[in-house]
Amino acid sequence: MEKKTPLYETHVKYNGKMVPFAGYLLPVQYDTGVIGEHMAVREACGLFDVSHMGEILCKGKDALANLNYLLTNDYTEMYDGQARYSPMCNEQGGVVDDLIVYKIREEHYFIVVNAANREKDFAWMKGHAFGDVTFTDISDTTAQIALQGPKALEILKKLVQEEEIPEKYYSARFNGRIREISCIISRTGYTGEDGFEFYVPAQNASALWELLMEAGKEEGLVCCGLGARDTLRLEASMPLYGHELNEERTPLEAGLQPFVKRQKKDFIGKSAMEEKGDPKMKRVGLKAVGRGILREKQEVWDQEKKIGFITSGTFCPYLKQAVAMAVVPAEYSAAGRKVQADVRGRKVDALVVDLPFYKRKNK
Amino acid sequence: MNHPTDLRYSKSHEWVKFLDDTTALIGLTDYAQDALGDLVFVNLPEEGDSVTAGEPFGDVESVKAVSDVYSPVTGAVGKINEELLDVPERMNEAPYDAWLIQVENITEKQELMTAEEYIRFYESEEE
Repeated sequence: MEKKTPLYETHVKYNGKMVPFAGYLLPVQYDTGVIGEHMAVREACGLFDVSHMGEILCKGKDALANLNYLLTNDYTEMYDGQARYSPMCNEQGGVVDDLIVYKIREEHYFIVVNAANREKDFAWMKGHAFGDVTFTDISDTTAQIALQGPKALEILKKLVQEEEIPEKYYSARFNGRIREISCIISRTGYTGEDGFEFYVPAQNASALWELLMEAGKEEGLVCCGLGARDTLRLEASMPLYGHELNEERTPLEAGLQPFVKRQKKDFIGKSAMEEKGDPKMKRVGLKAVGRGILREKQEVWDQEKKIGFITSGTFCPYLKQAVAMAVVPAEYSAAGRKVQADVRGRKVDALVVDLPFYKRKNK
Repeated sequence: MNHPTDLRYSKSHEWVKFLDDTTALIGLTDYAQDALGDLVFVNLPEEGDSVTAGEPFGDVESVKAVSDVYSPVTGAVGKINEELLDVPERMNEAPYDAWLIQVENITEKQELMTAEEYIRFYESEEE
C-alpha cells in the first residue's frame, strides 16, 4: 500500500495523474503534460512535490567527524546554511546513496536522502555512528516542495523579503518564513535551473503550495510531476540513484570525482577505491544519431562488440534530442566516439558527447 | 474524450477505419494517446510488410515509455503515414487523423468493438 504525501489531496485537485513511486502515490504529470511541464521549468517556472524525499537530523559534538567518515565529501569548511552534495559509500566503494548535507550551525546538520533508500540510510548511519552523535529521521513530518525555473526568484520575491532569500546556490535559510509559514528556504534543485526547495512541516504543505501557485500566476508557474522531474534531471545530466549510482559501482566510475575527497584521512570505501585505482568504466553522455530513443538497460555496442549499457535515457524536450547516460570502458569515453545502442533489436547509431547535455546560461 | 461512432476499436486501444471490405486505416485511440502522454517517436513497418491480427506491427514512445502497437487485422501494409515519423505529436493532437498504417488485402480481423462498447471496456479496465 503506497503512502500519500501531505499534498495528495492538492494533486488530485489539480488533476495530477497519480502513480506509485518509491512507496508513495505521486503525480507523474498534470494536464500540461511532461513536455509542457519540462518547457515551463526551462522557460518560466514549475512547482514539484518532492515530499517523498527523506530528511535526517544529525547532531552532537562528533557530528562533523561522523559525517566526514560516513561520506566521501569533506564537510570541514562550511558556513552556516551551506549545502554540500556527497555520495555515501559502503566498504567496497559502492554507493549506498547520494545525498545533500546542510550545516545548520556547529554540531547541527540536516541531511536529505532519496526516498527509496531512507530506511537503509538511517540504519547505515546509526550502524556506523561513533562518539557523541544522534541521527533522527524526521521524514514523516516534513514535506518538501521545489520551485524551479528562471522565474523562481521573481515569484519568491513576491512572498519573501529579498534579504531573507538565500543568495548563493547551494545555501539555505533555516529560519525562513513564507508569509506566516515557517520553513527552510534552500536554493537547490534537481532540474539544472535556478530555484528553491522548501522544507515545511507536513500540515502546512498544501497552504504553501497554494501560496506559491497564486504568486506565480503571471509568471506562468505550472504544477510539474515526476515525468518532467526525470527528463529535466537527465537533460541536466544529474545522476539518479538506482540508475547511474548503485552499490556495485564506485562514485569514481559514475563520474563523481569532485565529490570524493581522497586527501581526507579516512572514510568508508576509501581503501577499496584506492585499491581499484583509476576507474576502468566511465559514465558518458550519448546522443542518438539514428532514429530511435535510447532507454535504460539497453546495450552499447562498438560494431560487433558489446562494450557497456545505458543507465538512463529519454527524449529531452528542450534539446529536442534523444540522449542517454551510459557506462562504457574509459577508452570509449572521448567525445565524438561512434557507438551503437541496441534499441529492442535494432542498432541505432549514437555519439559519445560531453556532459552536461544542458547547462543554463549566466550562472 | 472523443471516440467517433463510425470507427471500430480493439482491446489493445487501436482504432480501425474500414475504407472497404479488405482495406482499413489503423491508429491509436484518444484514450490510448491520453494514457501514454506526449508521444515523441514512432516506429512503423515498411510498405509491403505483412501484419497479423493480434500481433505488434510497430511501437510508439512517449517521454516516459515505449508501447507496442498491435494490428487488429491480418493483411499487407499498403501505406504508412510518413508524416508521423517527423511529427509524432500529431497522434496526441488529432488521434483520428493520425492514422499509422493502411492495411490492404485483409483476410482476418479480431473481434472489434463499437465506440460505446469500447468506452465501457476501458472504464471497466480502469476499475
